[in-house]
Amino acid sequence: MTNPSARIAWEGHQITRAVARMAHQIVEANGGSEHVVLLGIPTRGVLLARRLADAIRGIEGEAVAVGELDITMYRDDLRRQPTRAVGRTSIPRSIDDTTVVLVDDVLFTGRTIAAALDALKEVGRPRMVQLAVLIDRGHRQLPIQADHVGRLLQVPAEARVNVRMAEIDEVDAVTISLPEA
Amino acid sequence: MRHLLSAGDLSLAEVTSILDVAEEMHTIQQRQIKKLPTLRGRTVINMFFEDSTRTRTSFEMAGKWMSADTINISAKGSSTSKGESLRDTMLTLDAMGTDCFVIRHGSSGAVAQAASWVRAHVVNAGDGTHEHPTQALLDAFAMRRHFGTLGASGSGGQEAFAGKRIAIVGDLLHSRVVRSNVLLQRTLGSSVTLVAPPTLLPTGVEQWGVGVTSDLDEVIESVDVVMMLRVQRERMHGGFFPTEREYTELYGLTPERLARLRPGAAICHPGPMNRGLEISSEAADDANSLILEQVTAGVSVRMSVLYHLLGGSPE
Repeated sequence: MTNPSARIAWEGHQITRAVARMAHQIVEANGGSEHVVLLGIPTRGVLLARRLADAIRGIEGEAVAVGELDITMYRDDLRRQPTRAVGRTSIPRSIDDTTVVLVDDVLFTGRTIAAALDALKEVGRPRMVQLAVLIDRGHRQLPIQADHVGRLLQVPAEARVNVRMAEIDEVDAVTISLPEA
Repeated sequence: MRHLLSAGDLSLAEVTSILDVAEEMHTIQQRQIKKLPTLRGRTVINMFFEDSTRTRTSFEMAGKWMSADTINISAKGSSTSKGESLRDTMLTLDAMGTDCFVIRHGSSGAVAQAASWVRAHVVNAGDGTHEHPTQALLDAFAMRRHFGTLGASGSGGQEAFAGKRIAIVGDLLHSRVVRSNVLLQRTLGSSVTLVAPPTLLPTGVEQWGVGVTSDLDEVIESVDVVMMLRVQRERMHGGFFPTEREYTELYGLTPERLARLRPGAAICHPGPMNRGLEISSEAADDANSLILEQVTAGVSVRMSVLYHLLGGSPE
Protein backbone atom coordinates (compact mmCIF):
# COMPACT_ATOMS: atom_id res chain seq x y z
CA MET A 1 0.00 0.00 0.00
CA THR A 2 2.94 2.38 -0.41
CA ASN A 3 1.92 5.30 -2.51
CA PRO A 4 4.90 6.46 -4.63
CA SER A 5 3.72 10.07 -4.58
CA ALA A 6 3.56 10.12 -0.77
CA ARG A 7 5.84 12.61 0.95
CA ILE A 8 7.36 11.64 4.25
CA ALA A 9 6.52 14.35 6.76
CA TRP A 10 7.94 12.72 9.84
CA GLU A 11 10.40 9.92 10.43
CA GLY A 12 10.77 7.24 13.06
CA HIS A 13 12.93 9.04 15.64
CA GLN A 14 10.68 12.10 15.51
CA ILE A 15 7.67 9.93 16.31
CA THR A 16 9.54 8.30 19.19
CA ARG A 17 10.36 11.73 20.67
CA ALA A 18 6.80 12.95 20.25
CA VAL A 19 5.42 9.85 22.01
CA ALA A 20 7.85 10.42 24.90
CA ARG A 21 6.77 14.06 25.18
CA MET A 22 3.07 13.17 25.06
CA ALA A 23 3.61 10.57 27.81
CA HIS A 24 5.18 13.26 30.00
CA GLN A 25 2.31 15.64 29.25
CA ILE A 26 -0.31 13.04 30.18
CA VAL A 27 1.42 12.26 33.47
CA GLU A 28 1.89 15.94 34.27
CA ALA A 29 -1.66 16.97 33.39
CA ASN A 30 -3.11 14.19 35.53
CA GLY A 31 -0.74 14.35 38.51
CA GLY A 32 0.54 10.83 37.82
CA SER A 33 -0.98 7.82 36.10
CA GLU A 34 -2.85 6.09 38.91
CA HIS A 35 -6.34 7.08 37.76
CA VAL A 36 -5.56 7.14 34.04
CA VAL A 37 -6.90 4.61 31.53
CA LEU A 38 -5.50 4.79 28.00
CA LEU A 39 -7.94 3.58 25.35
CA GLY A 40 -6.62 3.27 21.83
CA ILE A 41 -8.91 3.41 18.82
CA PRO A 42 -8.13 0.56 16.36
CA THR A 43 -5.94 0.06 14.50
CA ARG A 44 -3.01 2.40 14.98
CA GLY A 45 -4.49 4.21 17.96
CA VAL A 46 -4.16 0.95 19.88
CA LEU A 47 -0.49 0.64 18.96
CA LEU A 48 0.09 4.25 19.93
CA ALA A 49 -1.72 3.75 23.26
CA ARG A 50 0.57 0.79 24.03
CA ARG A 51 3.64 2.88 23.25
CA LEU A 52 2.38 5.68 25.47
CA ALA A 53 1.72 3.14 28.22
CA ASP A 54 5.28 1.83 27.93
CA ALA A 55 6.64 5.37 28.08
CA ILE A 56 4.48 6.25 31.10
CA ARG A 57 5.67 3.12 32.89
CA GLY A 58 9.21 4.29 32.21
CA ILE A 59 8.46 7.66 33.80
CA GLU A 60 6.30 6.58 36.70
CA GLY A 61 7.73 3.14 37.37
CA GLU A 62 4.21 1.73 37.44
CA ALA A 63 2.03 0.14 34.80
CA VAL A 64 -0.84 2.25 33.46
CA ALA A 65 -4.12 0.67 32.39
CA VAL A 66 -4.33 0.38 28.61
CA GLY A 67 -7.09 -1.01 26.42
CA GLU A 68 -8.85 -0.67 23.09
CA LEU A 69 -12.14 0.88 22.09
CA ASP A 70 -13.60 0.03 18.70
CA ILE A 71 -16.01 2.61 17.38
CA THR A 72 -17.22 0.98 14.15
CA MET A 73 -20.70 0.29 15.50
CA TYR A 74 -21.05 3.94 16.55
CA ARG A 75 -20.07 5.59 13.27
CA ASP A 76 -22.56 7.95 11.65
CA ASP A 77 -21.37 7.08 8.13
CA LEU A 78 -21.88 3.29 8.17
CA ARG A 79 -24.38 3.42 5.37
CA ARG A 80 -22.08 5.33 3.07
CA GLN A 81 -19.68 2.44 2.63
CA PRO A 82 -19.74 -1.33 2.31
CA THR A 83 -19.93 -3.19 5.61
CA ARG A 84 -16.87 -2.36 7.69
CA ALA A 85 -14.84 -4.86 9.66
CA VAL A 86 -15.38 -4.55 13.38
CA GLY A 87 -12.35 -4.22 15.66
CA ARG A 88 -11.83 -5.42 19.17
CA THR A 89 -13.01 -3.61 22.28
CA SER A 90 -11.24 -4.51 25.48
CA ILE A 91 -11.56 -2.37 28.56
CA PRO A 92 -8.81 -3.22 31.08
CA ARG A 93 -10.65 -2.06 34.21
CA SER A 94 -13.79 -0.21 35.21
CA ILE A 95 -13.53 3.28 33.79
CA ASP A 96 -16.00 4.77 36.27
CA ASP A 97 -14.48 7.86 37.93
CA THR A 98 -11.18 7.51 36.07
CA THR A 99 -9.56 9.79 33.53
CA VAL A 100 -9.85 8.14 30.15
CA VAL A 101 -7.33 9.24 27.56
CA LEU A 102 -8.58 8.34 24.09
CA VAL A 103 -5.66 7.71 21.75
CA ASP A 104 -5.74 7.91 17.96
CA ASP A 105 -3.17 8.40 15.25
CA VAL A 106 -4.71 11.25 13.24
CA LEU A 107 -7.32 13.83 14.25
CA PHE A 108 -9.13 15.15 11.19
CA THR A 109 -12.89 15.83 11.02
CA GLY A 110 -13.50 14.77 14.63
CA ARG A 111 -16.19 12.26 13.70
CA THR A 112 -14.23 9.26 14.93
CA ILE A 113 -13.79 10.91 18.32
CA ALA A 114 -17.48 11.85 18.46
CA ALA A 115 -18.29 8.17 17.86
CA ALA A 116 -15.73 7.18 20.49
CA LEU A 117 -17.43 9.42 23.06
CA ASP A 118 -20.73 7.69 22.27
CA ALA A 119 -19.09 4.28 22.62
CA LEU A 120 -17.48 5.28 25.90
CA LYS A 121 -20.83 6.27 27.37
CA GLU A 122 -22.03 2.66 27.10
CA VAL A 123 -18.93 1.32 28.83
CA GLY A 124 -18.97 3.50 31.92
CA ARG A 125 -18.83 7.00 33.35
CA PRO A 126 -15.31 8.39 33.50
CA ARG A 127 -14.58 11.48 35.63
CA MET A 128 -12.87 13.08 32.66
CA VAL A 129 -12.07 12.23 29.04
CA GLN A 130 -8.98 13.57 27.29
CA LEU A 131 -7.77 13.08 23.75
CA ALA A 132 -4.22 12.29 22.63
CA VAL A 133 -3.35 12.20 18.93
CA LEU A 134 -0.05 11.87 17.14
CA ILE A 135 -1.09 14.17 14.29
CA ASP A 136 -3.66 16.97 14.31
CA ARG A 137 -4.25 17.87 10.68
CA GLY A 138 -7.07 20.38 11.17
CA HIS A 139 -10.27 20.69 9.10
CA ARG A 140 -12.57 19.80 11.97
CA GLN A 141 -16.28 19.31 11.23
CA LEU A 142 -17.26 19.03 14.90
CA PRO A 143 -16.33 21.00 18.04
CA ILE A 144 -13.62 18.58 19.21
CA GLN A 145 -10.08 19.39 20.28
CA ALA A 146 -7.12 17.27 21.36
CA ASP A 147 -5.46 17.70 24.77
CA HIS A 148 -2.17 16.04 23.89
CA VAL A 149 -0.84 16.48 20.35
CA GLY A 150 2.29 15.07 18.74
CA ARG A 151 2.35 17.55 15.89
CA LEU A 152 0.11 19.94 14.03
CA LEU A 153 0.21 19.46 10.27
CA GLN A 154 -1.09 22.10 7.91
CA VAL A 155 -2.35 20.20 4.89
CA PRO A 156 -5.25 20.70 2.49
CA ALA A 157 -8.48 18.86 3.34
CA GLU A 158 -8.15 16.58 0.31
CA ALA A 159 -4.68 15.36 1.27
CA ARG A 160 -4.25 11.95 2.84
CA VAL A 161 -2.22 11.77 6.03
CA ASN A 162 -1.11 8.27 6.94
CA VAL A 163 0.65 7.20 10.09
CA ARG A 164 2.71 4.06 9.67
CA MET A 165 3.83 2.13 12.69
CA ALA A 166 6.61 -0.43 12.83
CA GLU A 167 4.43 -3.02 14.59
CA ILE A 168 2.34 -3.54 11.44
CA ASP A 169 3.82 -1.29 8.74
CA GLU A 170 7.52 -2.23 9.11
CA VAL A 171 8.60 1.37 9.72
CA ASP A 172 7.51 4.38 11.73
CA ALA A 173 6.59 7.31 9.50
CA VAL A 174 3.99 9.95 8.80
CA THR A 175 3.29 10.44 5.11
CA ILE A 176 1.27 13.02 3.20
CA SER A 177 -0.07 12.31 -0.25
CA LEU A 178 -2.08 14.64 -2.44
CA PRO A 179 -4.59 13.28 -4.92
CA GLU A 180 -3.41 13.35 -8.55
CA ALA A 181 -4.35 16.64 -10.15
CA MET B 1 -24.22 -9.74 1.60
CA ARG B 2 -27.72 -9.35 0.24
CA HIS B 3 -29.55 -12.25 1.88
CA LEU B 4 -28.70 -15.12 4.18
CA LEU B 5 -30.66 -18.03 2.76
CA SER B 6 -28.28 -20.98 2.92
CA ALA B 7 -25.19 -21.75 4.96
CA GLY B 8 -23.72 -23.00 1.70
CA ASP B 9 -23.77 -19.50 0.19
CA LEU B 10 -21.22 -18.22 2.68
CA SER B 11 -17.54 -18.08 1.78
CA LEU B 12 -14.93 -18.96 4.36
CA ALA B 13 -14.08 -15.25 4.68
CA GLU B 14 -17.73 -14.39 5.31
CA VAL B 15 -18.16 -17.12 7.91
CA THR B 16 -15.00 -16.03 9.70
CA SER B 17 -16.09 -12.41 9.63
CA ILE B 18 -19.54 -13.28 11.02
CA LEU B 19 -18.00 -15.34 13.84
CA ASP B 20 -15.44 -12.64 14.65
CA VAL B 21 -17.99 -9.83 14.80
CA ALA B 22 -20.22 -12.12 16.90
CA GLU B 23 -17.32 -12.39 19.33
CA GLU B 24 -17.43 -8.59 19.76
CA MET B 25 -21.22 -8.69 20.10
CA HIS B 26 -20.74 -11.32 22.80
CA THR B 27 -18.77 -8.84 24.93
CA ILE B 28 -21.57 -6.30 24.52
CA GLN B 29 -24.00 -8.93 25.77
CA GLN B 30 -22.03 -9.03 29.04
CA ARG B 31 -22.38 -5.26 29.56
CA GLN B 32 -24.92 -3.59 31.75
CA ILE B 33 -26.13 -1.39 28.93
CA LYS B 34 -26.81 -3.65 25.96
CA LYS B 35 -27.35 -1.14 23.23
CA LEU B 36 -25.56 -0.14 20.05
CA PRO B 37 -26.76 2.66 17.79
CA THR B 38 -25.62 0.76 14.69
CA LEU B 39 -28.97 -0.03 13.05
CA ARG B 40 -30.89 3.02 14.22
CA GLY B 41 -33.75 3.78 11.89
CA ARG B 42 -33.78 0.37 10.20
CA THR B 43 -36.83 -1.84 10.41
CA VAL B 44 -36.57 -5.60 10.83
CA ILE B 45 -39.71 -7.71 10.56
CA ASN B 46 -39.67 -11.18 12.09
CA MET B 47 -42.20 -13.28 10.21
CA PHE B 48 -42.75 -16.59 11.92
CA PHE B 49 -45.16 -18.93 10.20
CA GLU B 50 -44.01 -21.69 12.55
CA ASP B 51 -43.68 -21.65 16.34
CA SER B 52 -40.38 -20.67 17.84
CA THR B 53 -39.13 -19.43 21.19
CA ARG B 54 -35.39 -19.05 20.98
CA THR B 55 -34.92 -18.13 17.34
CA ARG B 56 -37.64 -15.48 17.31
CA THR B 57 -36.69 -14.01 20.67
CA SER B 58 -33.00 -13.92 19.86
CA PHE B 59 -33.58 -12.24 16.49
CA GLU B 60 -35.79 -9.71 18.23
CA MET B 61 -33.17 -9.06 20.92
CA ALA B 62 -30.42 -8.87 18.32
CA GLY B 63 -32.33 -6.23 16.39
CA LYS B 64 -33.30 -4.25 19.48
CA TRP B 65 -29.82 -4.26 20.98
CA MET B 66 -28.57 -2.74 17.74
CA SER B 67 -31.33 -0.12 17.84
CA ALA B 68 -33.29 -1.44 14.86
CA ASP B 69 -37.07 -1.30 15.12
CA THR B 70 -38.20 -4.90 15.26
CA ILE B 71 -41.71 -6.08 14.59
CA ASN B 72 -42.99 -9.60 15.09
CA ILE B 73 -45.61 -11.14 12.87
CA SER B 74 -46.93 -14.64 13.31
CA ALA B 75 -49.19 -16.46 10.90
CA LYS B 76 -51.91 -16.45 13.49
CA GLY B 77 -53.24 -12.91 13.74
CA SER B 78 -51.95 -11.79 10.34
CA SER B 79 -53.84 -11.61 7.09
CA THR B 80 -52.46 -15.01 6.05
CA SER B 81 -55.20 -16.46 8.25
CA LYS B 82 -57.67 -14.61 6.01
CA GLY B 83 -56.19 -16.33 3.00
CA GLU B 84 -53.70 -13.74 1.78
CA SER B 85 -50.89 -15.40 -0.12
CA LEU B 86 -47.32 -15.26 1.13
CA ARG B 87 -46.41 -13.20 -1.89
CA ASP B 88 -49.03 -10.54 -1.22
CA THR B 89 -48.13 -10.40 2.46
CA MET B 90 -44.46 -9.94 1.58
CA LEU B 91 -45.13 -7.29 -1.05
CA THR B 92 -47.37 -5.39 1.37
CA LEU B 93 -44.79 -5.31 4.14
CA ASP B 94 -42.00 -4.54 1.69
CA ALA B 95 -43.98 -1.56 0.43
CA MET B 96 -44.11 -0.19 3.96
CA GLY B 97 -40.36 0.33 3.88
CA THR B 98 -39.04 -2.74 5.67
CA ASP B 99 -35.26 -3.08 5.57
CA CYS B 100 -34.98 -6.73 6.52
CA PHE B 101 -37.23 -9.76 6.83
CA VAL B 102 -36.38 -12.64 9.12
CA ILE B 103 -38.56 -15.50 7.95
CA ARG B 104 -39.42 -18.91 9.32
CA HIS B 105 -41.72 -20.97 7.18
CA GLY B 106 -42.92 -24.56 7.21
CA SER B 107 -42.21 -25.16 3.53
CA SER B 108 -38.71 -25.84 2.28
CA GLY B 109 -37.68 -23.16 -0.20
CA ALA B 110 -40.37 -20.68 0.83
CA VAL B 111 -37.85 -18.23 2.23
CA ALA B 112 -35.72 -18.17 -0.90
CA GLN B 113 -38.88 -17.67 -2.92
CA ALA B 114 -39.93 -14.77 -0.68
CA ALA B 115 -36.48 -13.20 -1.07
CA SER B 116 -36.99 -13.06 -4.83
CA TRP B 117 -40.10 -10.91 -4.42
CA VAL B 118 -38.85 -8.16 -2.14
CA ARG B 119 -36.44 -5.26 -2.13
CA ALA B 120 -35.48 -5.80 1.52
CA HIS B 121 -32.81 -8.15 2.85
CA VAL B 122 -34.01 -11.60 3.87
CA VAL B 123 -32.68 -13.96 6.53
CA ASN B 124 -33.76 -17.57 6.54
CA ALA B 125 -34.73 -18.44 10.11
CA GLY B 126 -35.68 -22.00 9.15
CA ASP B 127 -37.58 -23.23 6.12
CA GLY B 128 -39.29 -26.59 6.43
CA THR B 129 -36.76 -29.40 6.56
CA HIS B 130 -34.34 -27.48 4.36
CA GLU B 131 -32.04 -25.03 6.15
CA HIS B 132 -31.46 -22.94 9.25
CA PRO B 133 -28.20 -21.11 8.58
CA THR B 134 -28.04 -18.93 11.71
CA GLN B 135 -28.33 -22.07 13.84
CA ALA B 136 -25.29 -23.57 12.12
CA LEU B 137 -23.41 -20.28 12.61
CA LEU B 138 -24.21 -20.14 16.31
CA ASP B 139 -23.25 -23.80 16.70
CA ALA B 140 -19.91 -23.01 15.08
CA PHE B 141 -19.53 -19.98 17.32
CA ALA B 142 -20.17 -21.98 20.51
CA MET B 143 -17.84 -24.75 19.32
CA ARG B 144 -15.06 -22.31 18.47
CA ARG B 145 -15.27 -20.75 21.92
CA HIS B 146 -15.23 -24.20 23.50
CA PHE B 147 -12.14 -25.22 21.50
CA GLY B 148 -10.59 -21.94 22.66
CA THR B 149 -11.06 -22.75 26.35
CA LEU B 150 -9.35 -26.08 25.72
CA GLY B 151 -6.28 -24.27 24.48
CA ALA B 152 -6.87 -25.10 20.84
CA SER B 153 -7.38 -22.18 18.50
CA GLY B 154 -10.45 -20.24 19.62
CA SER B 155 -10.47 -17.80 16.77
CA GLY B 156 -10.15 -17.70 13.03
CA GLY B 157 -11.99 -19.89 10.54
CA GLN B 158 -10.36 -23.03 9.28
CA GLU B 159 -7.56 -23.01 11.89
CA ALA B 160 -10.07 -23.53 14.70
CA PHE B 161 -11.92 -26.38 12.99
CA ALA B 162 -9.11 -28.24 11.23
CA GLY B 163 -9.03 -31.88 12.27
CA LYS B 164 -12.11 -31.55 14.48
CA ARG B 165 -14.61 -34.41 14.36
CA ILE B 166 -18.27 -33.68 14.75
CA ALA B 167 -21.03 -36.27 15.02
CA ILE B 168 -24.58 -35.14 14.31
CA VAL B 169 -26.99 -37.65 15.77
CA GLY B 170 -30.68 -38.29 15.52
CA ASP B 171 -33.63 -37.26 13.41
CA LEU B 172 -31.73 -36.13 10.31
CA LEU B 173 -34.69 -36.63 8.01
CA HIS B 174 -36.72 -33.78 9.48
CA SER B 175 -33.79 -31.58 10.45
CA ARG B 176 -32.93 -28.31 8.77
CA VAL B 177 -30.20 -27.86 11.35
CA VAL B 178 -28.21 -30.78 9.97
CA ARG B 179 -28.25 -29.51 6.40
CA SER B 180 -26.99 -26.07 7.37
CA ASN B 181 -24.38 -27.57 9.68
CA VAL B 182 -23.05 -29.92 7.02
CA LEU B 183 -22.73 -27.05 4.54
CA LEU B 184 -21.11 -24.69 7.04
CA GLN B 185 -18.73 -27.27 8.47
CA ARG B 186 -17.67 -28.19 4.95
CA THR B 187 -16.58 -24.57 4.51
CA LEU B 188 -14.85 -24.58 7.90
CA GLY B 189 -13.08 -27.84 7.11
CA SER B 190 -14.06 -30.08 10.01
CA SER B 191 -14.96 -33.73 9.57
CA VAL B 192 -18.65 -34.50 10.04
CA THR B 193 -20.25 -37.89 10.62
CA LEU B 194 -24.02 -38.28 10.55
CA VAL B 195 -25.57 -40.88 12.83
CA ALA B 196 -29.20 -41.97 12.50
CA PRO B 197 -31.41 -44.99 12.12
CA PRO B 198 -31.76 -45.85 8.42
CA THR B 199 -35.39 -44.71 8.48
CA LEU B 200 -34.37 -41.21 9.57
CA LEU B 201 -31.65 -40.66 6.96
CA PRO B 202 -32.59 -38.18 4.22
CA THR B 203 -32.56 -39.56 0.70
CA GLY B 204 -29.40 -38.67 -1.18
CA VAL B 205 -27.39 -38.31 2.03
CA GLU B 206 -24.56 -40.32 0.48
CA GLN B 207 -23.95 -37.39 -1.87
CA TRP B 208 -23.44 -34.90 0.95
CA GLY B 209 -19.77 -35.82 1.21
CA VAL B 210 -19.84 -36.70 4.90
CA GLY B 211 -19.55 -39.94 6.86
CA VAL B 212 -22.82 -41.75 7.52
CA THR B 213 -23.42 -44.54 10.01
CA SER B 214 -26.25 -46.07 11.96
CA ASP B 215 -24.05 -47.08 14.87
CA LEU B 216 -23.54 -44.32 17.45
CA ASP B 217 -21.26 -46.49 19.57
CA GLU B 218 -18.84 -46.73 16.66
CA VAL B 219 -18.06 -42.98 16.75
CA ILE B 220 -18.89 -41.86 20.31
CA GLU B 221 -15.36 -42.27 21.62
CA SER B 222 -13.59 -40.42 18.83
CA VAL B 223 -15.52 -37.17 18.37
CA ASP B 224 -14.74 -33.64 19.58
CA VAL B 225 -18.36 -32.57 19.37
CA VAL B 226 -21.53 -34.62 19.59
CA MET B 227 -24.59 -32.74 18.39
CA MET B 228 -27.86 -34.34 19.39
CA LEU B 229 -30.92 -33.46 17.32
CA ARG B 230 -34.44 -33.36 18.60
CA VAL B 231 -36.81 -36.15 17.66
CA GLN B 232 -39.42 -34.05 15.87
CA ARG B 233 -42.60 -35.73 16.99
CA GLU B 234 -44.72 -33.08 15.28
CA ARG B 235 -43.33 -34.05 11.89
CA MET B 236 -43.51 -37.82 12.49
CA HIS B 237 -46.59 -39.40 11.09
CA GLY B 238 -45.16 -42.84 10.40
CA GLY B 239 -43.33 -45.56 12.26
CA PHE B 240 -39.77 -44.32 11.95
CA PHE B 241 -38.65 -46.39 14.92
CA PRO B 242 -40.42 -49.07 16.97
CA THR B 243 -40.48 -47.43 20.40
CA GLU B 244 -39.04 -44.38 22.04
CA ARG B 245 -37.28 -46.64 24.52
CA GLU B 246 -35.49 -48.43 21.72
CA TYR B 247 -34.51 -45.11 20.15
CA THR B 248 -32.97 -43.99 23.43
CA GLU B 249 -31.13 -47.31 23.77
CA LEU B 250 -29.57 -47.03 20.32
CA TYR B 251 -29.30 -43.29 19.62
CA GLY B 252 -29.72 -41.43 22.89
CA LEU B 253 -26.87 -39.69 24.68
CA THR B 254 -27.30 -41.80 27.79
CA PRO B 255 -25.16 -41.50 30.94
CA GLU B 256 -23.23 -44.58 29.73
CA ARG B 257 -22.36 -42.95 26.41
CA LEU B 258 -21.62 -39.66 28.16
CA ALA B 259 -18.93 -41.47 30.16
CA ARG B 260 -17.34 -42.76 26.97
CA LEU B 261 -16.87 -39.33 25.37
CA ARG B 262 -13.32 -38.02 25.09
CA PRO B 263 -12.33 -35.63 27.87
CA GLY B 264 -13.44 -32.14 26.88
CA ALA B 265 -15.69 -33.30 24.05
CA ALA B 266 -18.55 -30.84 23.65
CA ILE B 267 -22.24 -31.70 23.77
CA CYS B 268 -24.57 -29.62 21.61
CA HIS B 269 -28.32 -29.61 21.10
CA PRO B 270 -30.20 -26.96 19.13
CA GLY B 271 -33.19 -27.23 21.47
CA PRO B 272 -35.89 -27.66 22.43
CA MET B 273 -34.76 -30.88 24.10
CA ASN B 274 -36.71 -34.05 24.78
CA ARG B 275 -34.94 -34.93 27.99
CA GLY B 276 -34.81 -38.67 28.43
CA LEU B 277 -35.41 -39.33 24.74
CA GLU B 278 -32.49 -38.18 22.60
CA ILE B 279 -30.48 -36.74 25.49
CA SER B 280 -30.29 -37.64 29.16
CA SER B 281 -30.42 -34.96 31.83
CA GLU B 282 -26.92 -35.99 32.90
CA ALA B 283 -25.60 -35.14 29.43
CA ALA B 284 -27.66 -31.97 29.00
CA ASP B 285 -26.40 -30.56 32.31
CA ASP B 286 -22.82 -31.82 31.98
CA ALA B 287 -19.92 -29.37 32.35
CA ASN B 288 -19.08 -29.87 28.66
CA SER B 289 -22.63 -29.24 27.52
CA LEU B 290 -22.77 -26.13 25.33
CA ILE B 291 -26.56 -26.03 25.23
CA LEU B 292 -26.95 -22.76 27.13
CA GLU B 293 -23.86 -21.30 25.44
CA GLN B 294 -25.60 -22.04 22.15
CA VAL B 295 -28.55 -19.94 23.27
CA THR B 296 -26.30 -17.06 24.34
CA ALA B 297 -24.40 -17.40 21.08
CA GLY B 298 -27.69 -17.14 19.21
CA VAL B 299 -28.09 -13.47 20.06
CA SER B 300 -24.44 -12.58 19.33
CA VAL B 301 -24.44 -14.39 16.02
CA ARG B 302 -27.77 -12.90 14.92
CA MET B 303 -26.52 -9.41 15.80
CA SER B 304 -23.50 -10.11 13.63
CA VAL B 305 -25.67 -11.38 10.77
CA LEU B 306 -27.91 -8.30 10.92
CA TYR B 307 -24.80 -6.12 10.96
CA HIS B 308 -23.39 -7.86 7.91
CA LEU B 309 -26.67 -7.44 6.02
CA LEU B 310 -27.68 -3.97 7.15
CA GLY B 311 -24.54 -2.34 8.50
CA GLY B 312 -23.13 -1.05 5.23
CA SER B 313 -24.31 0.88 2.21
CA PRO B 314 -27.26 -0.67 0.39
CA GLU B 315 -25.15 -1.90 -2.55
